[in-house]
Amino acid sequence: MNADSFASIAALVKARSGIVLTPDKEYMLDTRLAPILKQEGIVNMDALAIRLRDARAEALARTVTEALTTNESSFFRDGKPFEHLKRLLPKLQGARPPGHRLRIWSAACSTGQEAYSIAMVLRELGIKDAEIFGSDLSREVVDRARDGVFTQFEVQRGLPVQMLVKYFRQESGKWRVSPDLRGMARFEERNLLGDHKALGRFDVIFCRNVLIYFDPPTKGKVMNALAAQLAPDGVLYLGGAETVLGLTERLVPVTGERGAYGLAENRSLL
Amino acid sequence: MEAPQTCLVVDDSRVVRKAARRILERHAFQVSEAEDGQQALESCRASLPKLVLLDWNMPVMDGLEFLKAARAEFGPDEPVIMLCTTESEFDRIVTALGAGAQEYIMKPFDDAILTGKLVQLGLVAEEAEP
Repeated sequence: MNADSFASIAALVKARSGIVLTPDKEYMLDTRLAPILKQEGIVNMDALAIRLRDARAEALARTVTEALTTNESSFFRDGKPFEHLKRLLPKLQGARPPGHRLRIWSAACSTGQEAYSIAMVLRELGIKDAEIFGSDLSREVVDRARDGVFTQFEVQRGLPVQMLVKYFRQESGKWRVSPDLRGMARFEERNLLGDHKALGRFDVIFCRNVLIYFDPPTKGKVMNALAAQLAPDGVLYLGGAETVLGLTERLVPVTGERGAYGLAENRSLL
Repeated sequence: MEAPQTCLVVDDSRVVRKAARRILERHAFQVSEAEDGQQALESCRASLPKLVLLDWNMPVMDGLEFLKAARAEFGPDEPVIMLCTTESEFDRIVTALGAGAQEYIMKPFDDAILTGKLVQLGLVAEEAEP
């Protein structure tokens, strides 16, 4: 692939998803786009780059962006945020008026493991007044999250077997989340770079391991947009390798909790 | 220095035992092997391991028989017993959990699955995940 082709595919992905592909990611383009080239009968990456310059190649551009921005996921990924969530949710519920529905946003939900992990935490805590909103850039993964069907491999990543038999049912070799868990979550295609005001306020937001792909100004912009949707005493969870330092003034770390952030103006309450 | 954690790998396939051993040794486990439930029971009587990784279908004494015998003889908590078997039916998993297994791996497994389960069981630090 020539440098111009790489740059034009990277520019397309950046414009559509905010994700920055550095030249060392060329191998990733090769492995993830190979099936698309084959399916579309495109001879190589240079030919693909040319096809994508045509404004009518909307469907192709979308497929390429999705292929380059989807990531593997596991249940209860990284453990610690969910331990914190278990302690946080009863406190938040106690601070809300009776009948308030806790709202939790899984803001890069991928195939739904994070959203359903949150649902299991809520069930284990016996909290019924709650709703989970999962969003992702990729239509394909949002469809999968909505289905709530996982392979044998996927249900063995991060999910204790006791939770598997409690919350999933076997269905022709795969595992489907129970209607109860499924009913707690809804999923929608959404670009993190978009406007989120219409979504309303969330008590908790998970946005993990996606900002690492953005450049610093975009990181700051997304974090500010998420902070704007967060309840005054709410918590935003970022990935272990992500930070707010130097990127936004609106969020500060929760003392002693790696990856958990609260609103700066509310620091005294954390 | 802390004594290394011990794991008994019970499987009638030498290939599977070797694959599991390689992953467990990377996490500094001291690994021993048994080819069936009877051998495993004798091994436990000689020295109780921290963890038993247990196949289900084996000659002489199968995994479920071993599980029941081990729970009767050594109690409900020790050793930690994790099934690792091609038996992937819902009812089989429930049966094993009912008989006192702490975890369950459906074959085929890989490093990510086994290591993840070891983390869940608190036998390996979270940072060790591949």
